[in-house]
Amino acid sequence: MQVNPVEAVWLAEDNEFSFPELVELSGLSEAELHELVDYGAITPVDPDSPQWVFKGRCLITVRAAYRLRASFDLDPHGIALVISLLDRIHGLEEELGSLRAQLPRHTART
Amino acid sequence: MKYKDYYGILGVKRDTVADAIKKAYRKLAHKYHPDVSKDPAGEEKFKEVAEAYETLKDPEKRAAYDQLGSYQPGQDFQPPPDWGRQFGDAESSFEGIDLESLFAGLSGGRHRAGHGSGPIRMPGQDYEVTAHISLEEAFRGTEIELNLTVPEYDEKGSLRRVPRTFKVRIPKGAADGQRLRLAGRGGKGINGGRDGDLYLNIALHPHPLFRVSGHDLYLDLPLTPWEAVLGASVEVPTLGGPVQLKVPPNTRAGQHLRLTRRGLPKSHDKEGDLFAIAQIVVPTAASERERELFKQLADVSTFNPRGHFQQEVTSAS
Repeated sequence: MQVNPVEAVWLAEDNEFSFPELVELSGLSEAELHELVDYGAITPVDPDSPQWVFKGRCLITVRAAYRLRASFDLDPHGIALVISLLDRIHGLEEELGSLRAQLPRHTART
Repeated sequence: MKYKDYYGILGVKRDTVADAIKKAYRKLAHKYHPDVSKDPAGEEKFKEVAEAYETLKDPEKRAAYDQLGSYQPGQDFQPPPDWGRQFGDAESSFEGIDLESLFAGLSGGRHRAGHGSGPIRMPGQDYEVTAHISLEEAFRGTEIELNLTVPEYDEKGSLRRVPRTFKVRIPKGAADGQRLRLAGRGGKGINGGRDGDLYLNIALHPHPLFRVSGHDLYLDLPLTPWEAVLGASVEVPTLGGPVQLKVPPNTRAGQHLRLTRRGLPKSHDKEGDLFAIAQIVVPTAASERERELFKQLADVSTFNPRGHFQQEVTSAS
């Protein structure tokens, strides 16, 4: 069967989603997403704007939020707490990975 | 269809009460959930655990599961006669269906057009896959073929697992852990709901020479003692082909020599950097002549790399 290749889009800083798009793509309700913003789990580009817009990376966060809610029956406050801790872990892992990359290989392997 | 022991997967007995099943599930979910677990096999294990709990947490589904009987895990079996009439759609065939789809179908009937109070628009399922690619593929961009077995509703509204092939063009500049979204390439929406998306999680294979940090690359650069002292022009590999690197005189071990824009490409025509980390390497077996020359050097040199030892000890006491 002939399968045509499709272009993929990076979820990064240079693409954005509106609030309704994020609701649709995350599987979370508007109220849940509002609470995640209130608790600081995700931040709109301009929180004062009447039309919230979010960086592409936020979609990764809210999809994780959806999975955590479904798997652990967490409320938005619990989800926001887990997400902030996961963010810290990911940040530390990135830092660790970067420091390991800078070590000469024979040292990095030990 | 193959039998799965849902009680065994959750590590509970068949007569365990609902609360204890929930507790057993949560314990295993903490251990294997892909968002919190570092276990490489965690995702697969979590899928099993979640599938088992999805059925056993629901009293109706649990009763239906119990009615199937008990078999060895992986053993071929068929639901007893009348099982379909009692729990599912009597007209549904069990041909080509697996246990997960069978139980998903027990609630899936509500998605079918024309049933109950009317069709409900349901978005298609999102698929999430890890794509392992090489550093060279990340550098120049690549096309990969993904063969997945995904759950899809057939024309009768029954959930089936079907093989699907996706060809995905990964743009250049992928960094480890980056995510790609392919809109509308997930499961088909139901009753006019939007199609799901396909998410790719990029994982880079370790490279024998380069280590990756974001879009920057690190390379060990072995130098002879005389190259380090005198300076040299040496050829170093990069992902775009070899280049000449000027090593300045008096280069120390561990010093980073930066090759600007020789790392992984980023968006907007930017690139990460390549850092060559100087390592001073001595010959494992020096020839007689080399030893002689080193001895001459030792005789004339006043360089003492441990001079600060004495200084530090004196100032501390």
